[in-house]
Amino acid sequence: MTNPTEAEVITAIREVFGEGAAKLDDRSGILVPVDMWLRVATYLCKDRGFNYLGDLTAIDYKDHFEILYRIISLEKNQSLLIRVESTDREHPEAPSVITIWRGADFMEREVYDLMGIDFLGRSPLRRIFLWEGFEGYPLRKDFSL
Amino acid sequence: MNVKTEPLAINMGPLHPSTHGVFRMLAVLDGEVIVDLEPVFGYLHRGIEKLAEEKTYKQVIPLTDRLDYVSSMSNNLVYVLAVEKLAGIEVPERAQHIRVIMAELQRIASHLMAIGTWANDLGTFFTPFMYMFREREKIIDLFEMVSGQRLLYNYLRFGGLSHDLPDEFLPAVRKLLKVMPGYLNEYEELLKENEIVLARSMGIGVLPEELAINASASGPVLRGSGVKWDIRKVDPYSLYQHFDFDIPTGITGDSYDRYRVRLEEIRQSLHIIDQATQDLPAGEVKSKVPLNLRPPRGEAYSHIEAPRGELGCYVVSDGSTNPYRFHIRAPSLINLTCLKDMVMGLKIADAIVTFGSIDICMAEVDR
Repeated sequence: MTNPTEAEVITAIREVFGEGAAKLDDRSGILVPVDMWLRVATYLCKDRGFNYLGDLTAIDYKDHFEILYRIISLEKNQSLLIRVESTDREHPEAPSVITIWRGADFMEREVYDLMGIDFLGRSPLRRIFLWEGFEGYPLRKDFSL
Repeated sequence: MNVKTEPLAINMGPLHPSTHGVFRMLAVLDGEVIVDLEPVFGYLHRGIEKLAEEKTYKQVIPLTDRLDYVSSMSNNLVYVLAVEKLAGIEVPERAQHIRVIMAELQRIASHLMAIGTWANDLGTFFTPFMYMFREREKIIDLFEMVSGQRLLYNYLRFGGLSHDLPDEFLPAVRKLLKVMPGYLNEYEELLKENEIVLARSMGIGVLPEELAINASASGPVLRGSGVKWDIRKVDPYSLYQHFDFDIPTGITGDSYDRYRVRLEEIRQSLHIIDQATQDLPAGEVKSKVPLNLRPPRGEAYSHIEAPRGELGCYVVSDGSTNPYRFHIRAPSLINLTCLKDMVMGLKIADAIVTFGSIDICMAEVDR
C-alpha cells in the first residue's frame, strides 16, 4: 500500500475548492475544515477513486476533537488519512459521510456513543454499545473511570 | 372472507441467533419473510479502548486477547505492530517467522470454528462441527505448548515473543501439516456438494461486490463477493512478502461463496506455515525493549488480515507510559453493516445462515 504524495492531493483539492480546503498536517495526513469536508469527501470518493472507508475514529485533545478518516483506493492500492477538527466542546459536530461510504454507519454511531460527536445529515444517532439514558461519553478525557 | 395480515416484529435474542454470542436481531416479519431487520448489540461492551488509556503499554497486550477471543494471536499481533511502529522497535527475523506461523495457525483455528458453527446454523446438526473441533483441538494444543494458555495467549511482546518455541513444537506442526490436507478433503466430501448445504446457502445472503466495497466489508466477506483484497498482499507486514500464497475469491457473494473462501484460505495458510517452518532462521526471538516503555509523542496505525477481516489498531502517544488513545478497527462490527441488505426478503431461517456466514465474534463487535 502506498501513500499518494499528500502534496499532490492537496493541490488537487485546492484547485477545486479553493485555498482553504486542505492543509498538510505536521504529523501526517491532510487537514480539512469541517464545513468543507462533505464536498471534499465526495470529490475524493467519486473523482479520485478513494472508494473504501478503512477506518473512522475520533480523539479528544481536550481543546478540540479530531475525527480521522482513513480512506483507501482499492484500485490504486493507496491510502490517505484525513483529519477533521471539531472545536465546540459542548456540541461537537461533523457532517455524516454515510451517503458516500455506507461503511461509516456503525463507525459514526460508535464515535457518537463513546465520544459524543454528532454526525449531521443522517438518521438520528442512537447509542450503539451503551444503553439509552447512559450519561456522558466514556472516551472523552473528562470522563474518569 | 378476507384474512387480515400485518407485519410482526420479533426479537431474536439476546443470545439466540444461533448463539454466536450475546446478540439481538430485531426482525419485522411478513409471514416468514423478513421485511426489516436491525442488529442490536453492546451486551458485551467492556470499554477496552478506555481501559487501555489507564494501563501501561505492556499491560494492554492481555487486554487485546479479550477483543476477539477466537483469534487472540491476531489481536496481539496488530497491537504489538502498532506500538513497534510508534516506538521504532526492531523485531528479529526468527520472531517474525514465528509470528507468521502463529497468525496462520490462528486463521485455521478460527476458520474451522466459523465453518463448523455455520454448518450448524444450516441444520447439519453438530456433525461437521465435531469434525472441525477435532482439528482445532490440535492447534489449541500447539498454542498451549508455546504460551501455556488455550484461549487467551498473551504470547507476543514488543520486539518479539515472550518465549522461544519449545522443542516439541516444530515436529507437532509438521505432523499437523501432514494430516491436515486429508482432513480438508474429508470436509469437502461432507459439505461441498451436500444437499442441505447447497439448498440452504447458495444464493442466500448475497452481498454484491459494489455494496461490499462501499460498506467497508473486509476479510472473507469482501473476498466472497469477488474482491481480491488481502492486507497480507496489499500492505505486507511481518515478512508476508516473502511467502508465496494465493488469495481465493468468490463469485456471487452468497453464503456458500464465503464458506468456499474460508476453506480455501485454510489450504493457503497451511502452505504459508509450511514455508515459514522450513526456513525458520535461528537466533534471538526478542529485541531489547525497556520494561516500562515510553514511546515518543506521535501516533501509529497498523492493520493486519485477521481471520475475520481487516483488523486495525491505532495508538496515540503523548510521551507517557500509557497510551493517550487506543482504537481498534473491528472487522466483526463493520461487516455487520450490510446484514439488513443481505437478508431482506429472505425467510427468517436464512437470516441465521447469513449471519453465521459473516462469522463475527461478539466480544470484538462490542469491545
